[in-house]
Amino acid sequence: MSPSPEPVAVVQDHEQHPLFLPVVFLGGLVFGVGLALSEMAKPEVVLSFLQFEDFGLLFVMFGGAAVTGLAFFGASRVLGQAPLTGVRYGRRLKILDRNVVLGGGIFGVGWGLSGICPGAAYASLGIGNYAILWGIAGMFVGAYLQAYWRSSPAVAKTDATTAD
Amino acid sequence: MPLESLLPAAPFPNGIDHYALGGVLVGLGVVIIYLATAVAPGASTFLESTLSYGSSLSRLDRYRASRDWRVVFTLGIVSGAALYTLATGGGAWVTAVAPWRLLVGGVLIGVGTRLGKGCTSGHGVCGVGSVSSTSFVGVLSFLLVAIVTAQLAMAAGVSP
Repeated sequence: MSPSPEPVAVVQDHEQHPLFLPVVFLGGLVFGVGLALSEMAKPEVVLSFLQFEDFGLLFVMFGGAAVTGLAFFGASRVLGQAPLTGVRYGRRLKILDRNVVLGGGIFGVGWGLSGICPGAAYASLGIGNYAILWGIAGMFVGAYLQAYWRSSPAVAKTDATTAD
Repeated sequence: MPLESLLPAAPFPNGIDHYALGGVLVGLGVVIIYLATAVAPGASTFLESTLSYGSSLSRLDRYRASRDWRVVFTLGIVSGAALYTLATGGGAWVTAVAPWRLLVGGVLIGVGTRLGKGCTSGHGVCGVGSVSSTSFVGVLSFLLVAIVTAQLAMAAGVSP
């Protein structure tokens, strides 16, 4: 048993509702259209933001956060539980520890070097950018390396006390 | 170097409309899933959850339950971007950023996003939307480091 349960639902029995996967697909679809339209799926555009040549990308992240903020706030106050899962609405909260800063820093070096991030990289495939497969392959390698490291008994024990 | 020399004469040379509308759609995609399921999805968990299909590392166990729908979410993202490209008739677009930058950057992103508990969508969109102090710290960490990295790469003449 996890000592500190995840505030955001982990859905185990999604097959139970026939609309679960279609709705997830639809949400992903709209998400992907947004990343293509905003051009965040182009590493060059992200790099021009990080290099202070075009600050437009601020509107993508904070525009997105404004929309989710309204829904999260409204749903968790006004609505009870989600129709497809019966799970209560909540916010996305994670425990703050030094991994957040350390991991964020490592992510930042990668983001600044390449101009890609996970969601935008998937969307980039959709706009025909097959070269992004280098980046996606790298992400899987990186995710595997940290999983390998954190699966060692000593590290896993430390991790258990700071559940994420 | 004076700060003014870093800032562009026009902060938004390409306008803001497509950026803002794109951001609203990104948020809307999350909201569709959230209102139906109460799950606030991020894009980077897909990496570990998908690895659980082929690996039995104990760290990946926690993602087994969500791995199927995360694949569907990611397929949705790819399809949405493809649909947009087809609908606007722009044709395929391929980056000029060098493969080594994508690969090395990708590895660092894979390590960092999973260690740091989220990425630009998990922390940046869902976490900031949740007014989560953890996500504010996460976003500030990766944004500041990414800016410094990109500026250094540019100064060192790394291009494209």
